[in-house]
Amino acid sequence: MKFTIQINEGPYTHQASDTAYNFAKAALEAGHEIYRVFFYHDGVNNATRLTTPPQDDRNVINRWSELSAAHNLDLVVCVAAAQRRGIADADEARRNGKNADNIAPGFRISGLGQLIEGGIQSDRLVVFGD
Amino acid sequence: MSDEEMMEGGVQKKFCYVNRTAPYGTVYALEALEVVLIGAAFEQDVSVVFMDDGVFQIVKGQDTAGIGMKNFSPTYRALEMYDVEKLYVSKESLEERGLSEDDLLVDVEVKTAAEIRDLMEEQDVLLTF
Repeated sequence: MKFTIQINEGPYTHQASDTAYNFAKAALEAGHEIYRVFFYHDGVNNATRLTTPPQDDRNVINRWSELSAAHNLDLVVCVAAAQRRGIADADEARRNGKNADNIAPGFRISGLGQLIEGGIQSDRLVVFGD
Repeated sequence: MSDEEMMEGGVQKKFCYVNRTAPYGTVYALEALEVVLIGAAFEQDVSVVFMDDGVFQIVKGQDTAGIGMKNFSPTYRALEMYDVEKLYVSKESLEERGLSEDDLLVDVEVKTAAEIRDLMEEQDVLLTF
């Protein structure tokens, strides 16, 4: 089956990103396809490479980057939600006059159309959040 | 695939956006509206449901001056221009909050919980905010 996953909450505060990660990993191991993972609302905070959790805890952001590298996962961060919350890649930083970017490897910033298209192209759109 | 599904060379699915939160306490209502507006460009079969505290999103006469936030409620009236015309409101949620259809700033169809359940059953994609 082909899935698109939507994550609506940030890391560590809420379990949404952890559960979505476990779901994605299990789905891939079972031979399913993940068409896209879309980060919305505070979920965009899963895409900052500046996160530094304690060493004895999981690194929610790195886990996504690693899963993306291993399975060529499309990790998409909503641009409007990212701008509100200070998540930027090099292009966004330049366009908005910021002196730094913080996007983690494997993530890309794009529009809400990517979420709708994920819903159209996938057999199931699965939402993680409240 | 029917002719309608072939429109724009793509599939047409039934998308339902379910709004369950009050408009200003969290960002979900505003960012849900942004999804509906962007999604309209994809020419899908769209329904929007307001239930629980989500019914407050479309109450008339919102004034946000005191809380320093943008009053985005006029945008709901623009949904019609984007061909988003199927707006449904939970009868029970209105009644529980002492509201009626006359208190709302857009034309809606009031549905019972059972009718909303049936509507959800028909959908391909359900997005809850």
